[in-house]
Amino acid sequence: MLDGLVDVERGIVSREIFVSEELYRQELERVFARAWLFVGHESQVRQPGDFFVSSMGEESVIVCRDGAGRVRVFLNSCRHRGMKVCRYDEGHTVEFTCPYHGWSYGTDGALVGVPFAKDAYGPRLDRTRWGLVEVAQMTNYKGALWATWDPEAPAFLDYLGGYKLYLDLLLDAWDGREGGTEVIGGVHKWLIPCNWKFPAENFSGDRYHNVSHRSVDLVGIGPSGKGRRDMQERNQARWLDVSFPDLGHSMIVFLRPPDAPIAPAYQDAPDVAEYFRRCEEERQRRRGAQARLFGGPGTIFPNTSPLARQPRTLAVWHPRGPHQTEVWRWYLVDADAPAEVKDFLRQYYIRYSGPAGLTEQDDMENWNYAHGASRGTIARRYAYNYEMGLGRATARFEDHGLALPGVIADVTEANASEHNQRGFYGRWRQLMEAASWKELAAP
Amino acid sequence: MNAPVSPELARFLLKQEVEEFLYREAELLDERRYEEWLALFTEDARYWMPMRRNVPAGEGGREFTREGTDVNWFDEGKATLGRRVGQLRTGVHWAEEPPSRICHMIANVQILSAQPAGPSPTEVGVKSRFLIYRNRVETETDVLVGKREDLLRRVDGRWQIARRKIILDQSVLLTKNLTFFF
Repeated sequence: MLDGLVDVERGIVSREIFVSEELYRQELERVFARAWLFVGHESQVRQPGDFFVSSMGEESVIVCRDGAGRVRVFLNSCRHRGMKVCRYDEGHTVEFTCPYHGWSYGTDGALVGVPFAKDAYGPRLDRTRWGLVEVAQMTNYKGALWATWDPEAPAFLDYLGGYKLYLDLLLDAWDGREGGTEVIGGVHKWLIPCNWKFPAENFSGDRYHNVSHRSVDLVGIGPSGKGRRDMQERNQARWLDVSFPDLGHSMIVFLRPPDAPIAPAYQDAPDVAEYFRRCEEERQRRRGAQARLFGGPGTIFPNTSPLARQPRTLAVWHPRGPHQTEVWRWYLVDADAPAEVKDFLRQYYIRYSGPAGLTEQDDMENWNYAHGASRGTIARRYAYNYEMGLGRATARFEDHGLALPGVIADVTEANASEHNQRGFYGRWRQLMEAASWKELAAP
Repeated sequence: MNAPVSPELARFLLKQEVEEFLYREAELLDERRYEEWLALFTEDARYWMPMRRNVPAGEGGREFTREGTDVNWFDEGKATLGRRVGQLRTGVHWAEEPPSRICHMIANVQILSAQPAGPSPTEVGVKSRFLIYRNRVETETDVLVGKREDLLRRVDGRWQIARRKIILDQSVLLTKNLTFFF
């Protein structure tokens, strides 16, 4: 079916997969109804009864902590006529009541109220069969909440595989403790006129597009005053593009030399700089050789993109038809960081990322017009080129005795490759072609 | 000899002066005279734009993200606003290159407070409505509508903006980016 459309061995991907209505509908079935999707963070639902309305594919879901303290994820649609049972973004409740005919559901999804039940239905209605539709599997991984509609999907940690090490760069505390992050209140939500795969592949490892951020490099919004990031830390490191082609996940990472001193960071604010210096010392003590690793942007297949360090964010690219994406961006900090550190980071994060962020503004312009210019009858006859860095990756990467998981392209000299994007589209093709998870798991 | 000014007339003149200030400001933005626009802000200015959530009618206190604590659309001081102006001037800020065509409509100007009391206050609280139209490249068009709450301060005889809160009447932002000023 996808022959001639996605050929990652030769580095060719057809524009059809970005603009075709038919392929889009199949994507919703084969990718979004089966994959693990990020739905929110546990710090958004701290108490029993707390809820947060999220999205999986095109569908609205309720992320809710039930009366017993367990986090559940439900389809936000009444079983009677489909009305949303919750049109608030977040809050606290004991039940979700449909405003159409009044069916109500407990925070555990059970159908608890049916108006005139006795007279209207008599004894026929079996309430136990008409609770809210719940996802097949839900996992809380270090505070990040993930769900899938497919009972056959592998367990989340198997879905994550060796990528766990890289996701941890986002979800562990700055000082190397396991977990310990929370999201800052408020989620950026905005619409981009492009296919969801444009941002997903960009975050998977597109170093090459730095030219489009030249304006922000020139004015400098980095936390150390100049540049847009902490270049000193990066300049001394090896630049690696890490892909897991059999899983579809990827990340840009940096590997510091073993003996490198800690590069000063956050020099705009001395207190914050001191906090990060101490955290980095702690991290090196706790993590040993692995502390040499620090993360950049990446994509967890299909549509969740961690940005592991500066700024520290998590984005989801929700499909809204083949030609539109709704972005949700969460911002993370260490839960126990001092208030002045949280405040500094909050201001820096939103000045950098999101629709008003000096850096991210230009991304949206590129994806907007790249997508639009790919829709024409003539334009869609011509495939995109993904040949950069073909054949230059290794599955056995090692540096000073530190072996790293994944298939890795060292781009320290080359500056960029499309190794990660090829991994993303290869996995996309596998999911689109396989009838089930069982088929995917087969050798 | 100037005739004494009645309180009613003083209020009228103040409102007139504030309206003219806001219209001139809009003109500077639409004419892309960003450095002159930036000079209208006090050194300690705060420019912020909360986000809005859908919450139950009785829980309006949770509708807006909080200043100084939560994620907002903007949360800026004069220095970072200056970086935004600098970025627009680089000529390689692709989100505004070629530049958008932008029109600010300012209306419903209300003086909410004036300190000190009397004919010539030095700080006034002002609320207004905005309608911002953006058209870029060919057919790309955005319309953003909302309110602003300003604190204007008279410095050396001229009004300056000491604080601006921008309230957008959207929860999901219906435009791809915010490359312009409110």
